[in-house]
Amino acid sequence: MLVKSLRDTAVGLWSLLVGLKVTAFNFVTPNITIHYPREVSPTLEGFRGHIELVPSEEDPYKSKCIACGNCVRTCPSACITMKATKPKKKEEDQQESSSSDTESQSGEKKESSGKKAKPEMVAFSVNFNYCCLCGLCVETCPSGALRFSDNYFLAGFSREEFDIDLVARLQSKAKEQ
Amino acid sequence: MMDIIPTQFIVIFVGLLAIMTFIAVNALILVYLERKVAGFIQRRPGPYEVGPQGILQPVADGVKLLGKQIFTPKGADSKLYWLAPIISITPAIVCFVVIPFGPFLQVINSNVGLILILAFTGINVLAICVAGWTSQNKYSLIGAARDISQGVAYEIPLLLSILPLIFMTGTLNLYEIVIAQGAWPWQWFIASQPLAFFIFFICSLAEANRTPFDLPEGESELTAGFHTDYAGMGFGLFFFAEYTYMTVASCIVAILFLGGFQGPIASGWWWFLAKVYVLLLIMIWIRWTFPRVRFDQLLNICWKWLIPLAVLNLLLTLGVIAIC
Repeated sequence: MLVKSLRDTAVGLWSLLVGLKVTAFNFVTPNITIHYPREVSPTLEGFRGHIELVPSEEDPYKSKCIACGNCVRTCPSACITMKATKPKKKEEDQQESSSSDTESQSGEKKESSGKKAKPEMVAFSVNFNYCCLCGLCVETCPSGALRFSDNYFLAGFSREEFDIDLVARLQSKAKEQ
Repeated sequence: MMDIIPTQFIVIFVGLLAIMTFIAVNALILVYLERKVAGFIQRRPGPYEVGPQGILQPVADGVKLLGKQIFTPKGADSKLYWLAPIISITPAIVCFVVIPFGPFLQVINSNVGLILILAFTGINVLAICVAGWTSQNKYSLIGAARDISQGVAYEIPLLLSILPLIFMTGTLNLYEIVIAQGAWPWQWFIASQPLAFFIFFICSLAEANRTPFDLPEGESELTAGFHTDYAGMGFGLFFFAEYTYMTVASCIVAILFLGGFQGPIASGWWWFLAKVYVLLLIMIWIRWTFPRVRFDQLLNICWKWLIPLAVLNLLLTLGVIAIC
């Protein structure tokens, strides 16, 4: 009994020293606080802001969007609105039908089908009031035209401010660059 | 004119003024140190916004406390209720009167200095008892009851651990105890009485109600313990008193075990302050490392370990003194 209690005490005292060592180590390591208004986080990997349009490689003013409407259909909160021009049905009916079939496939086949056959996106907005940030639209987009923005300064005074016009945002961003 | 006022009176008056200034500045420094160390240990910057590196934060806190409404709870005995914080802080000021800061920096060189400090630090228990009792509040009362049992229990090993030193030096005069130790660390009493040093240090943590022995104000179960109902400067004075008692405890440890103002090169008050602040930093470090003990553990540490060890240490020392 006595030996056991003595051993327990010795182990306990040793654990106190270990604890002091842990806090001393943390004391000398640099702190991890980011002084928010003056500093921004160096890495925002995995941060989910509202969605934004990805600019295409050739023209930063244009989006990669192919106006397939997958995001609008898949959104559980129904907060994405998209308007697209109707595909012009002039010639090459066959090609057109094939393109509409392969909407969800890779973009290469699309490029091969005539340019006139493609619908074009003219307006794209997200109502961030209802967005649940599930990310299904980003996952489902066949052309990789959607991504989460890193806009964590988002704040506003009215609901209307969160009805975000993504095309305007894309263009103002392109202007900045 | 000068003949009417005795010199001793002037010395004490000036000394008390200097002491009050010292403990006020010291409390500001300690509040800042405590919060900075807490921050760094938790890998955050601590106070940062008020002044450069948040250095004016304790001043801002003080101004906030001064500006708060003074409020007496319903049913409280208002005279005693407001007397309690004053009873808590006054003895702490008196304790500094006999502490030798340097070879010539001491208000009164008293032959019973050690006894005076031990007696006056004990009054804090009374202050907390009064505060808990007059608050008419369950949390306060339980906090006060805890403080009394803790204070009574830890007073015993505290005294028992000092006794060997008194036998070795044969004096209760703090200045002479410092002089009895040499300038080098191996001549200090921590080298000849290491066990007494540890017992005394642990007991002084408990007496000053510092974590891991801060049961009287255990936030997790008692809101704020004995000072739950105090707002504004009532709370401020208790807070002030806690830091002052910490400083008194560090001063006594530095004097009894670490050679006081004596140091290897150029003895003086700077050595004393350096030792005191190192001890205070260790107390703060301990606070942000260890969790609070349970009440039965608190009493077990005292009755099962500290008191028997202190008695053993005392008997050993007496034996050695008798043989030599």
